[in-house]
Amino acid sequence: MAVDRSINWGYSISRPRAVDMDGNDLDAAWALIAEIPELQACIACGSCAATCTAGNLTPFNLRKVHTLVRRGEYKGAYDELNKCMLCGKCRLACPRGINTRGVIMAIKRRLGEY
Amino acid sequence: MKSQKVVIIGGGVAGMQAAATVRELGKRPVILEKSPRLGGKLNDWHMLFPSFTPASKVVEELKGRLDGVEIQTGTDVWKIEQGAVTTADGRRIEAGAVIVSTGFDLFPAELKEEYGYTLYDNVYTTVDIERMFGQGRVCLVDGTAPRRIAFLHCVGSRDEKVNQRHCSRVCCITGVKQAIELKRLLPDSEIYNFYMDIRMFGPGYEEMYREAQERYNINFIRGRISEAGETQEGRIQIKAEDTLIGRPLKMTVDMLVLIVGMQAASSNGAFAGCEGITLRPSGFLLPADSFCSNVCTGAKGLFFAGTATAPKNVGESINEGAFAAVKACAYIDSVE
Amino acid sequence: MKGASWKEYQKEIADDNYFYVRSCIRQNFFPGSEKAFLSILRGDLGKDVGEDLKHTSCTGIGYHTDIVPMETIMTVVARQFSLMSEAGYENLTSSCITSFGIYTEMLETWHEFPETEECTREYLYKATGREFKKPRNVAHTSDVMFKHRGQIAEHSKIRLVDRMTGNPLQVVEHIGCHYAKLFPKKGVGGSEFPYVLAGMIESWGGEVVDYPERRHCCGFGFRNYLVQANRGFSIANSQKKLESMSRYKPDFIVTNCPGCAMFLDKWQYTIAEMEGSIYGQDGKGIPVLTYEEMAGLVLGYDPWALGMQMHQVAVEPLLDKLGVEYDPGAKYLGRNGKYMGVPDQGAVNMNCTSQPYMRTL
Repeated sequence: MAVDRSINWGYSISRPRAVDMDGNDLDAAWALIAEIPELQACIACGSCAATCTAGNLTPFNLRKVHTLVRRGEYKGAYDELNKCMLCGKCRLACPRGINTRGVIMAIKRRLGEY
Repeated sequence: MKSQKVVIIGGGVAGMQAAATVRELGKRPVILEKSPRLGGKLNDWHMLFPSFTPASKVVEELKGRLDGVEIQTGTDVWKIEQGAVTTADGRRIEAGAVIVSTGFDLFPAELKEEYGYTLYDNVYTTVDIERMFGQGRVCLVDGTAPRRIAFLHCVGSRDEKVNQRHCSRVCCITGVKQAIELKRLLPDSEIYNFYMDIRMFGPGYEEMYREAQERYNINFIRGRISEAGETQEGRIQIKAEDTLIGRPLKMTVDMLVLIVGMQAASSNGAFAGCEGITLRPSGFLLPADSFCSNVCTGAKGLFFAGTATAPKNVGESINEGAFAAVKACAYIDSVE
Repeated sequence: MKGASWKEYQKEIADDNYFYVRSCIRQNFFPGSEKAFLSILRGDLGKDVGEDLKHTSCTGIGYHTDIVPMETIMTVVARQFSLMSEAGYENLTSSCITSFGIYTEMLETWHEFPETEECTREYLYKATGREFKKPRNVAHTSDVMFKHRGQIAEHSKIRLVDRMTGNPLQVVEHIGCHYAKLFPKKGVGGSEFPYVLAGMIESWGGEVVDYPERRHCCGFGFRNYLVQANRGFSIANSQKKLESMSRYKPDFIVTNCPGCAMFLDKWQYTIAEMEGSIYGQDGKGIPVLTYEEMAGLVLGYDPWALGMQMHQVAVEPLLDKLGVEYDPGAKYLGRNGKYMGVPDQGAVNMNCTSQPYMRTL
């Protein structure tokens, strides 16, 4: 149906903010977890973000970025991870022994196109 | 001579162990069990965390310790007093000591109407799932296998809206255990556990949680489901927040499993009028203190064991049964 | 959906002798509904309903937009009670869900904090010289209609069934948030699955649609739509509901809240104009009725006397399905028979075959 673009409504219909686990394509998330299964063992303690060299100066947050990726929210992950300096402190801090640098490299390798 | 009889109210794991220990110590245990058989809630359970020990094995082992124990099933107790109990059919049974091991009630999930238990076919409780495990097959109402499954922790726990402010403790590990069992049965399924906190208090529990994540690829999402609705296909649409990314999350699943908590046994209210018995704010029975006297009551010769006083796991309940028995026998000897 | 537990959540609803307080916005958007309520209660059911022209807005919209302070609204509420006492009534029934929420909230506040009631009595006396008695019973007018649903069914001329197929109509019911979300015990059926509208629908032959977003808010809010820039998320909530319900092909929506009825109806037009999405069948919107209009149709009232020409989404396809007799030519004749003019055709009602009018100018 034709939509009348001439009307100035002064507002537009807000888009849902919800993470849509029905609509999101989770294949890349499953492939990432298959590569690094211990990533599922993250208990979101935030040690990685607390100690992060980049995160203390920018809004970069590894905990949040990889959680979003695991929910199929890939957009922007690659760019976010470009802020990482790969210093490796997060891997030392992680109480669950997650290879955090490996996670960062795997996301960048797999999700560059998003 | 003082009566050598110890009346044990409730024949679940705590009561059975209490009876066995009383017998070992040379006194006369009598179990009064309101249902037709011993074993309590374990009769409806398939496997126990964290070792996947069959619940029936534990019940059988405890039954094996009951040689020479007097058992009266189908016997409900109405009143407890020092040195006697009165049954629902009006019999007064004299005793040297009494042990209250009346256990807990399961939280009725239908009270959380927003989750649609009993309204929607494919909303289940952990008890339903355990029954299906016992039957060797987990399926939806239409007989098909679920592909996407959500577990919801803390249904009837830590929730003042249903007057259950306490933590039921064992449900976290139950949710983890059932998620693993489901994944073993249905390797292609996607499983999501929605939790507020994961509380792994027992030996081997944390290890099992990690195994669920790493080996079984169970997804843990920190956020409480707020609402479940049924779709046209009979699937369940759920809403939650993924609190770790700070955004709402919606998902449609084939099966929603409500991990129900423990609430105080409904009989506690009636016992609260008896001398020496008081209730906690949660409705569970209040022991004399939580350190050195947690099987003792405010009355002499009257003891508590198991989940009558608070949520506990099977091992803790059995230990309390034994300890209450020791205290009961020592009490009888002390007044002789 | 299998049996809900609504019977466990009952409220007291007075049987007769109501003092009626009106809504601010309904008389503009659904102008026949309040009149229909009075006609049905007085004429069809033989009940005593009184009102007083001196009653005012409850000021709920101002209260919820942070313009009217609590002391003021309490005094306004007290004045309405004073008019009720003066007219000799003890049972208050409110046409508006916001007002119902307000009356309930103020009474509960006075109950929990008696000093606020004392203050209110003082303010009212100083300002107007009036005194008041608290109502014995407060019910929303949909509660009253629910209570008498059996009697209405006995007098019914029309059932909520498709005249051609005999199948029950599929009806979406939508409950205003302030009906039972503020005080769940004050709603028939509690807060999750209120039965107040579902009960009417079932008694009058229809079937209730249980769709996933059934319990979601329509998005009206107060600040949220009054400020133009905020309307985007008000409309998005209605859209979420419409998308969710449309798969069930509902024949109509019925609501018990002035705001919900207005927005579920009028946002359909906006969404159609903005995005081209239409949620009803055959390129038409989903008609939105008030429960008085639904009751009125069941009792054989003329749809134009019920004010249904004022709806954004045309109701003719529904009237045809129900077998309601109406005069298409009388749609835009006012109460005095004078031609009122015809609104522009909206995208949401393109292809509405029973709509005999085209743009005249």
